[in-house]
Amino acid sequence: MSIRGANLLTLDGMSREAILDVLDTAESFFEVNQRTIKKVPVLKGRVVASLFFEESTRTRLSFETAAKRLGADVVSLAVASSSVKKGESLRDTISTIDALGLDAVVLRHRSSGAALQVSRYVPHVRVVNAGDGQHQHPTQGLLDAFTVRQILAERHGVVASVSGSSLFEGLRVLIVGDIRHSRVARSDIAAYSALGAEVKVAAPGTLLPPSLEGWPVTVSSDFEEALAWADVVGLLRLQHERGTGSYVPSLSEFTSTFGLTATRVPLLKPDAIVMHPGPMNRGVEIDSDVADLPQSVITRQVANGVPVRMAVLYLSLAEKKEL
Amino acid sequence: MTHHEERQDRQRGLAFVVKSQLLTAEDVSRAMKRMAHEVIERNQGLDNVTVVGIQRGGVAIAEQLATLLGGIGQVAVPVAALDVTYYRDDIGEHPLKGASMTTLRDDLTNRTVVLVDDVLFTGRTIRAAFAALADWGRPTAVQLAVLVDRGHRELPIRPDFVGKNLPTALSESVRATLDGVWLGSGVAR
Amino acid sequence: MNLVIRGGTIVGPDTVFRADIRIESGVIVAVGEALSTANATIIDASGCWVGPAFVDIHTHLREPGREAAETIASGALAAAMGGFSAVVAMPNTEPALDNVPLVSYVLAQGAKTAIDVAVAGAITLGRKGESLAPLAELAALGVRLFTDDGTGVQNPLVMRRALEYAAPLGLRLAQHCEDEQLANGGVMNEGVLSAQLGLAGRSAVAEELMVQRDIALVRLTGGRVHFLHLSTATSLAMVTAARLEGLDVTCEVAPHHFVLSEEACRTFDPQFKVHPPLRPEADRAALHAALSTGAIDAVATDHAPHTPELKDLAFDEAPAGMLGLEHVAALTNEALGANPVAFFNLLSRGPARIAQLRASDARVGLSAHGGVIMVGEDANVVVFDPSQTWVGDRNALHSKATNTPYHGRPLVGRVRSTIVKGRLVVHEGVLQ
Ligand SMILES: [Zn+2]
Repeated sequence: MSIRGANLLTLDGMSREAILDVLDTAESFFEVNQRTIKKVPVLKGRVVASLFFEESTRTRLSFETAAKRLGADVVSLAVASSSVKKGESLRDTISTIDALGLDAVVLRHRSSGAALQVSRYVPHVRVVNAGDGQHQHPTQGLLDAFTVRQILAERHGVVASVSGSSLFEGLRVLIVGDIRHSRVARSDIAAYSALGAEVKVAAPGTLLPPSLEGWPVTVSSDFEEALAWADVVGLLRLQHERGTGSYVPSLSEFTSTFGLTATRVPLLKPDAIVMHPGPMNRGVEIDSDVADLPQSVITRQVANGVPVRMAVLYLSLAEKKEL
Repeated sequence: MTHHEERQDRQRGLAFVVKSQLLTAEDVSRAMKRMAHEVIERNQGLDNVTVVGIQRGGVAIAEQLATLLGGIGQVAVPVAALDVTYYRDDIGEHPLKGASMTTLRDDLTNRTVVLVDDVLFTGRTIRAAFAALADWGRPTAVQLAVLVDRGHRELPIRPDFVGKNLPTALSESVRATLDGVWLGSGVAR
Repeated sequence: MNLVIRGGTIVGPDTVFRADIRIESGVIVAVGEALSTANATIIDASGCWVGPAFVDIHTHLREPGREAAETIASGALAAAMGGFSAVVAMPNTEPALDNVPLVSYVLAQGAKTAIDVAVAGAITLGRKGESLAPLAELAALGVRLFTDDGTGVQNPLVMRRALEYAAPLGLRLAQHCEDEQLANGGVMNEGVLSAQLGLAGRSAVAEELMVQRDIALVRLTGGRVHFLHLSTATSLAMVTAARLEGLDVTCEVAPHHFVLSEEACRTFDPQFKVHPPLRPEADRAALHAALSTGAIDAVATDHAPHTPELKDLAFDEAPAGMLGLEHVAALTNEALGANPVAFFNLLSRGPARIAQLRASDARVGLSAHGGVIMVGEDANVVVFDPSQTWVGDRNALHSKATNTPYHGRPLVGRVRSTIVKGRLVVHEGVLQ
């Protein structure tokens, strides 16, 4: 299913063709972002609401910048810090903002499934999931795949937008850390595997999902071996409260067993790509020095957020909704 | 055109079906040379000229025009591609077309832009191109070169250089490339 | 008021037969062919099953404390529409039904309704799982079932003491089996799907551990346990084995656990959030199959009204629970196929036995339910058309709340008439 004229709620089950449609479109917006005037009027007059029930300044700015660079008007509701608190009905909040005459809602919510629920309340509005609980963060998955393809295309001297999924064939992706609680992991795994990459996960047993049945991944039995195996290493943020004995005995034990420490860097392939969705816990899942190595493309991921989100908003909004 | 669009076109029965050939490759080549001479004549030289081809059909024609201009004038004429998809006024009216790359980098302020497209029809693509060009500065002049002018203008736009005027029915479509020009039906992407 | 139910099929504990019934002064006065209809309202039961009206041993009436979701009065109307002549009100009200004044209040409010409202008392004070509620004092008011439902008694020592205390009083403890520590705040069944949806899971083992624990405690104490809303095949197998061993254990299943599977959670619609959670298809199918084997004593609704404000929250924030009173008969009928004997055993006779509401039980202030259609019995009777088709509609409910998961679902079988203590409460599918 394409996201053209549709909501973007999950990458789970999205076809390779639909993902490539976003990545290819994002290439054209990447070019727009290289211009002096980084703005096109393609969504002129459309109203995009960014509705963040959970604060994430970085993601919110990325989406809002994307919407503005498409010429849309942005209504920004930082719900996390307003009167709308835990316990207010999702339907009530959405009905209130719907009265403003919206074309799209970019929704971040601490609860899994919130974006899907909202899409049922306002079927005439396009809903873009900016992260729902531990479920999905589709634009992060897309921008990670976009970043990897762009880097590989540069290395191979090919044009990313015409390379299709060829650069992902045989590509080995390792995702490390709190897979169980990570929406980024779920979206990344869906994107990479749909594009043809081989995905492995590495985590303490408590941070793996209770079941991986049906997931297109294998579980690494040896983290250091997996680091040597990988072309791409995607690290995940470990929330501090997981490291207090509830899931892992301590943060330092996590670092010593699954952290990308300076001593482990020599295990990596020389051209391995190191990624992190941010915000990083320097010294926990990644050593501070490692984050600043040339292999690490973390700032590039952040920069690519804008063109990828422009592509998502454009494809979703510019085409009439198929009813 | 992406695979997605190609498939959409086929599903909607919009694929281009040739009815007849209107110009041969040789005819096109002659027309291109004539246009090149007209451009030089009009601008009294090429020092300030940048050729800009509109994606997708105009790009190859722009590149050929720049090559011809360079050959005649013995100078390198800058040429770039411009995609106008995001400047169109009919967004949402039709299935989206995938955007192609814009390679235009230079500031166009004080340049003379020769804007090139394959077929001039309603004029809406050119309007979009004007809107786009404004983001690259303020050119001294913008001139319009098209390989085929098929009529049916919906906006007050008139070409400066025309390869061939070809009156057509509204329901028909025209495919114009350096290899020739054909009349047909469906979408001539 | 005299009533004659004409042309129906009378469903007994093991047989069915065609007969008319005449009811006078709240009692069945005649059962036979072509009875006189003189001075009587006639209820046409052709094509219908006629049997003892249903008994729900698991109804959350929400009063006192959450009257915006349901009241004793509105819940009683929903129950009557669903074919029930009696319900057992669960004690997880606010405050909990753990003392004489509150239980007396609920019984008094229940007495104002058209049906019989019995009460299940809390096992522990405030349902906190710490110290015993006054079981004997409440038993004197007629309370026969005790439960901390909403949650189970987590501490095994407290449960042991409760069983030891309740056994000589002839009381049965009903357990919501889920180890809260292991369930760990999960919001749906733990497994492949919860992992995919990023929803915290409640493991089936959380339920099964407590079932196993309580079976062991019954063996230890000689007490009686009723297992509320069993949701897994393993739980049911353990209870079946315990029964074969001779332990006094009974069990119920809720309609949603044999009708719906966890797949419904894919929509993230909080209407499908319930504890214990909807389980994988294999468990659903196992419970469905067990309905007609006698392994299950009762179908009980776990009717759990919530206001739309709460059910419109995100899945993990919305409260657990769904309505059941008005649809359970149709759902059970559909699940059983044409099996009227099992149907009345599960919806009426089984639950009445567990709740001690039959003619042979020492009831206080309530009529007899779940009996046999015969002369002299209290006239708690339901007329059920097993072939009428209709569609679940949340806007057509008599409950105050609308949180039914069956909105838009085609249903087979519908209550035509509910007669409680000889009064025609529902006639031709309409509340009187
Ligand atoms: Zn319960």
